[in-house]
Amino acid sequence: MSDAPIYLDNNATTACDPAVVEAMLPFFTEQFGNPSSMHSFGNKVGFALKEARARVQALLGAEHDSEIIFTSCGTESDNTAILSALKAMPERNQIITTAVEHPAVLSLCDQLEKEGYVVTRLGVDKRGRLDLDEYKAALSPRTAIVSVMWANNETGTIFPVEEMAELAHAVGAQFHTDAVQAVGKIAIDLKKTKIDMLSLSGHKLHAPKGVGVLYLKRGTRFRPLLRGGHQERGRRAGTENTASIVGLGVACELAQQYLAYENTEVKRLRDKLEAGILAAVPRCFPTGDVANRLPNTSNIAFEFVEGEAILLLLNKAGIAASSGSACTSGSLEPSHVMRAMGIPYTAAHGTTRFSLSRFNTEAEIDRVIAAVPPVIAQLRKLSPYWGESGPKAESFAPAYA
Amino acid sequence: MWEYSEKVREHFFNPRNAGVLEDANAIGDVGSIKCGDALRLMLKVDPATETILDAKFQTFGCGSAIASSSALTEIIKGMTLDEALKVSNQDIADYLDGLPPEKMHCSVMGREALQAAIANYRGEQWQDDHEEGALVCKCFAVDAVLIEETIRANGLTTVEQVAHYTKAGGGCASCHEAIEEILAKVAKETCTAPTAEKKPSPAAVPPAPTSGAAAPTAPKLTSFQRMRKIEETIEAIRPMLQRDHGDIEIVEIDGKNIYVNLKGACAGCMMEAATLNGIQTKLIEALGEFVRLLPASMLGRAAA
Repeated sequence: MSDAPIYLDNNATTACDPAVVEAMLPFFTEQFGNPSSMHSFGNKVGFALKEARARVQALLGAEHDSEIIFTSCGTESDNTAILSALKAMPERNQIITTAVEHPAVLSLCDQLEKEGYVVTRLGVDKRGRLDLDEYKAALSPRTAIVSVMWANNETGTIFPVEEMAELAHAVGAQFHTDAVQAVGKIAIDLKKTKIDMLSLSGHKLHAPKGVGVLYLKRGTRFRPLLRGGHQERGRRAGTENTASIVGLGVACELAQQYLAYENTEVKRLRDKLEAGILAAVPRCFPTGDVANRLPNTSNIAFEFVEGEAILLLLNKAGIAASSGSACTSGSLEPSHVMRAMGIPYTAAHGTTRFSLSRFNTEAEIDRVIAAVPPVIAQLRKLSPYWGESGPKAESFAPAYA
Repeated sequence: MWEYSEKVREHFFNPRNAGVLEDANAIGDVGSIKCGDALRLMLKVDPATETILDAKFQTFGCGSAIASSSALTEIIKGMTLDEALKVSNQDIADYLDGLPPEKMHCSVMGREALQAAIANYRGEQWQDDHEEGALVCKCFAVDAVLIEETIRANGLTTVEQVAHYTKAGGGCASCHEAIEEILAKVAKETCTAPTAEKKPSPAAVPPAPTSGAAAPTAPKLTSFQRMRKIEETIEAIRPMLQRDHGDIEIVEIDGKNIYVNLKGACAGCMMEAATLNGIQTKLIEALGEFVRLLPASMLGRAAA
């Protein structure tokens, strides 16, 4: 059995596909031209961008290639989308989002709230699901933008964004979705939806870091975040990150090819991993909407142990995962997603996310299934909350089921 | 990933004295599962000599919490209770070759468990008197609760004042927005005028709204009187630092900047900021003016 490191943190970032790297390399050397230039140096690069744009368009099912705007990252796309809607519709002052968004959306909304905008944060139930009635009640003629993630980064829970976009349009609001976790893992066909804007991040789908996309449906009122040159048709000024955009194009083409694989083989490995851990470790449970989530994500809450300690021991065993524990972020509270779902503190600090990719193998999953139970047992042995074979009688009840 | 020292990692992966001490006669429980860390410290104390014969721990928490617990038990074994009470959280952190600023609270928890266990042995009640908030200033490890309380107690209205009183924001300055938010929050509660959008220049510090000890109302001292006052204040503090195996000396007085050297256990200590902050507050009280206490290493850098 090999003991090479096992990477199960693909919702944080992914490895660049070797084919992506290969496609990028010429753009660091002979293909250095500025696509805006008139000469042949620029011209060739311009064609490469056009090709990349078409590949992104294909993966997203966008109707027009001009709906694809290259940005620097998912966060930039999120910020651009929300700020654009507010600027384009100054008569509207409400933002609707969810309590479980990525900080790229939540922190911005917190700031906008301080500046006087009305922010409605939809709650979730204990399985991480939205209440569409609550959403309908929140929509109003004052709503400028609704921003709801397509899939949650921590639990993989999928939100009904297509339906929510229809509802937003009914009150004249724009609809944006942060789809950085969803793209490449679930089928997306934007031309058939009412989604106005969508954020994509390259490094979540085996492209490099530092490149993202904002999908902007034709006809959606838009105000740029960055003004300057005419790049991206004046909607995102700044010389294009050509090598990364070319890489993203290849990554999108590969993502399309592997979409079925993600939903069969990767899903099978994820299910095997989760079932194996749940069977071997007492007092743990999967979080989120397990019947309706990304095929690659499993988030397991281990009761009475702390997540950072789990990660350190897993890391020692050559396994990379992540945690919703407060201690991994330097804050005092465990993950806002776990708290929004009402996961009790006894379990929230021990939530551990395993996120797979097409590069994971069956042998790796077997190794992880074998490695996790002793790690949890070791930490529980150290814990004052844990007795010989379960939580101590005087400790914290009731247990979460 | 955190930058843990080799020693932290080693104590986490191979904790010393983990488990239940069956014949413990002093037990200290601190923390809670809600906060994400909790520690039970068990001691076996010789009643005749009050010497700690054995120590064990059980900890729920992150890597540095477990390593701090392990280090604590190693440090105190063989000490008398009075000696053990002198162990500071900094001693625990030093034993581990330092902790990241966000993780210093793990060493604080160790010290608190020790105090609680000794109180338990002596039949006393131990009270947790500290509350901690989210870390705001990462350069000097100052949290939101301390900043808020200091603002409230002294009627502070500017980021610069907060830096003078708590050190927060005195380093890389990236937390100034967060400090401004705390200032605005307190201002709103106390119904004072909201802070101006622009940062007031240091020369135009508005008078504190409350009659806090820091209000610059004391009669103006001559340079000589002022210097003596500074020396007296520092002298009065030295015995306290010496008890913790540290010391302080004045290097230079340059206007409102007073440069000092922290020595012994204080030198390089991550609580240096808190130490300087405490001394600075005393100086401000004694002098009746705002002064800034800076490590001598800053000499020549801050011309302001």
